[in-house]
Amino acid sequence: MNNATAASLLAKLNAGEIRSEDLVRQYLDRAESLKRLNVFVHLDPERVLDQARAIDAKRRAGEPVGALAGVPVAIKDVLCVTNEPTTCGSRMLKSFRPPYDATVITKLKDAGAILFGKTNMDEFAMGSSTENSAYGPTLNPWDEERIPGGSSGGSAAAVAADLAPVSLGSDTGGSIRQPAAVCGIVGLKPTYGRVSRYGLIAFASSLDQIGPFAHDLADAALLLKVISGHDDRDATSVDQAVPDYTATLDKPPGSLRIGVAREFFGEGLDPEVEAAVREAIRIYEKAGAIIEEVSLPNSKYGVPAYYIVAPAECSSNLARYDGTIFGHRAEDWSPKYPGEENLHPLVRMMMASRSEGFGPEVKRRIMLGTFALSAGYADQYYNQALKVRRLIRNDFDEAFKKVDVILGPTSPSPAFKLGERTADPLAMYLSDIYTITANLAGIPGLSVPCGLTKSNLPIGLQLLAPAFAEENLLRTARVFERETDWHTRRPGLAG
Amino acid sequence: MSHPYDVIIGLEIHVQLQTESKMFSWCGTEFGLPPNTQTDPVSLGMPGTLPVMNRKAFDLALKTALALHAEIAPFTKWDRKNYYYPDLPKNYQISQYDLPFSLGGWLDIPERKDGGGGGRCGLTRVHLEEDTGKLTHAAGGFSEVDLNRAGIPLLEIVGEPDIRNAADARGCLEELRLTLRYLGVSDCEMQEGSLRCDANVNLHIHKDGQKIATPIVEIKNLNSFRAVEKALNYEVERQYAKWREDGLTIKDSPKTTRGWNDAEEVTKPQREKETAADYRYFPEPDLVPVVVDEAWKERVRASIGELPAARRKRFESDYELSPYDANVLVEQGSDVADYYDAVAKSTGEFKIASNWIQQDVLRTIKDKKQSIAEFPVSPEALADLINRVHRGELNTNQGREVLGRMIETGDSAEVVIEIGGYKMVSDRDDIATAVDAAIAANPQALEDLRKGKKKPEAVKGFLRGQVMKQTGGKANPAVVGELLEAKLAELLA
Repeated sequence: MNNATAASLLAKLNAGEIRSEDLVRQYLDRAESLKRLNVFVHLDPERVLDQARAIDAKRRAGEPVGALAGVPVAIKDVLCVTNEPTTCGSRMLKSFRPPYDATVITKLKDAGAILFGKTNMDEFAMGSSTENSAYGPTLNPWDEERIPGGSSGGSAAAVAADLAPVSLGSDTGGSIRQPAAVCGIVGLKPTYGRVSRYGLIAFASSLDQIGPFAHDLADAALLLKVISGHDDRDATSVDQAVPDYTATLDKPPGSLRIGVAREFFGEGLDPEVEAAVREAIRIYEKAGAIIEEVSLPNSKYGVPAYYIVAPAECSSNLARYDGTIFGHRAEDWSPKYPGEENLHPLVRMMMASRSEGFGPEVKRRIMLGTFALSAGYADQYYNQALKVRRLIRNDFDEAFKKVDVILGPTSPSPAFKLGERTADPLAMYLSDIYTITANLAGIPGLSVPCGLTKSNLPIGLQLLAPAFAEENLLRTARVFERETDWHTRRPGLAG
Repeated sequence: MSHPYDVIIGLEIHVQLQTESKMFSWCGTEFGLPPNTQTDPVSLGMPGTLPVMNRKAFDLALKTALALHAEIAPFTKWDRKNYYYPDLPKNYQISQYDLPFSLGGWLDIPERKDGGGGGRCGLTRVHLEEDTGKLTHAAGGFSEVDLNRAGIPLLEIVGEPDIRNAADARGCLEELRLTLRYLGVSDCEMQEGSLRCDANVNLHIHKDGQKIATPIVEIKNLNSFRAVEKALNYEVERQYAKWREDGLTIKDSPKTTRGWNDAEEVTKPQREKETAADYRYFPEPDLVPVVVDEAWKERVRASIGELPAARRKRFESDYELSPYDANVLVEQGSDVADYYDAVAKSTGEFKIASNWIQQDVLRTIKDKKQSIAEFPVSPEALADLINRVHRGELNTNQGREVLGRMIETGDSAEVVIEIGGYKMVSDRDDIATAVDAAIAANPQALEDLRKGKKKPEAVKGFLRGQVMKQTGGKANPAVVGELLEAKLAELLA
């Protein structure tokens, strides 16, 4: 089972060599023995086994089964699953069980996938280290003193530690690509609108996108195919045909013009990371690619623009958690500070509930966003950020006139130590410096393993493509994957 | 009215659009269901749910705006209006802020019998938003939230401060409701909250050649036409008295909010927010902008149909009705106006058809609390009856009786006449006999005529009634009149 990919498991399941029930038992056992990694916030063995048995029965009966029939998929706890705990890593939603499935969950169920637990995450997807979870941090399988990246750290660690062959995460500013990079696996953020956001608990609606984690590109392509497509329950989902990413993956791209963005190699980039990325460029050159330097002059404004837009949207999206209809409600809302006795009890109830329910990072961003949208400041901050966003998109449009994909590091550094940046939000925010612009522009981005540091920490290579060019993005990445074996490396985990 | 001031009134009207589903979800919209049974994850604002625009609601909104002569924006977007309130599940309302789907427009206020009205009220904008839920404050300090209404499409129509008196404000609102009902976009039930009105009012006082504006007051909770008129009249007097007392002007005092108390017939101050509301509007990221092209606009425009003002005019010109009669028929709603249209066309007796409908049909449906659709006599059947009266088969009184039977039984005029033995007697010999008998039985009448003690018409009317009585009401009134005149002339000669 170690090293297993979804594709290899599917082949065995379809050939009748293994049963899904036996397969998930092995994964459940492994999850039990690796509990210390704190990957799953909710894993119900009975429900997992029930799903596996149902698929096995279907196969035995000779009924047609879906593209992921019997394969476990770990799910970031940001995605709604009917009647299952869906907590978004927050105390606020500790008791929330949605009466509906996210569209991607419906699609996974239709494909026969086994929903294998809910994975840990930064609270409401805010963070780059999975340390902001109300359930404690997840540990990086490569070095248990280090963070697994964030906010989808649980889903990345699940795949890296072979707790599931594939998983789903969400990426608002790099939350799939950065954890994929520091966990040594593949992570793909699709084009905004490619995958329905219905049932994805919103952080920043205009930036959020769901995507796959996998050991290799074949699995990423497979999972992407299953979850993509137009959904009439998400107005921003785009009605565009979904290519057969799996079928075309191994066809070399028609054109291999690769842009290297000058701005991705600046100050703050770890030398080992830079070296690995430079080596990747060399590998592409050897494969016949035309390497061209491109410029994304406005990318330096990406982080500040992001930290206006994302908090602004989050301040609004998270307003619904006030203890009235759902979410945590404080038991005691008596006045605590002078003057509070003058407030309406209802207001005090909301204040106390939000104060208890949210963690510090969420509160920080709600404050930032509320400020950025408030009268008198919106023009200075929010509206400026929207203009920057437009400029960043224009930069990419210009660059993609010359090249097919843009290449660079995914994360400026390998996994840092737990607690290292928790006291310094700005340092934490810089973890997403190379990934954020893709969310602001809505374009797809991919991280593939491209090396290991001397201390055996994974390094990720990021590839960016124009909107809806996932097919070409995967094929271009596959050129690199064929030439290297980084994707086959596994952490030496003591089980 | 010679007050030393002008009254400045602007209306803000919220209309619930009549759709099968809510503005941003597939949830139903039926009124009057138990609390929170008309909800779904989207209208409850549950985590992960997303709004999807109801295109039909947008169509109805477009239809309304076009009918009100508004300009339709080619590009419109949605915004979030953020504020915390327990009846607002997401704690933001999806609305339109800086790019509403329509701008401008106007509504003509019909002239009233007293000579008032007749002006034009300009509109500032029309925009779409979702309604909020309802909060009821139960006993024991608890509040209960009902979200059945949350997410229902709401059209906000903001009028210019063009209105100069309370009666016109009422007239404007009544005409708006009639127009919306003709459009079929809303049932406009004010008691059910599907038509809600707030009014902004202040005075421009003339003093020493100067014009002094009093502080603007927004009056809320106006849930009947009567309330609109009464509240505004009250507020005008209150503001004038207040100004005479403290002299405060618009410059000294910001806009305040008062509620209309229907029982005490006064406006009362409502609790003011301590700070100005900051709604932190921003573009709704979960919805895409709406682009309205010419084809869409034209398709909606073609569905508008004839509006009340046009129909009044047509009834006056085509059917030669008085403005009063035309208005009585039109303001009953398009179903009644259609009914009249059908009867008038198939009888050619426009004024008579109008009389029958106003006197008999409308009274009946009012007494029975029916709609015209439930009225058992079809326009064709009524036209047939009117034609029979016109041809002299029945006299008017018989016609009324026949119609009464038709309403009771649902039978045609032909059947009722056959069974009931209604037939007008036109036989001149029979009527002459009855005329002679009536005169003989009432010698005083002849005497009165001779001496001129009473008006001849009154005496003749009395005698005609006696003849009708003797013939059991069946005599042809024209023949009776003719023979009675002849006989009296003979006797008085």
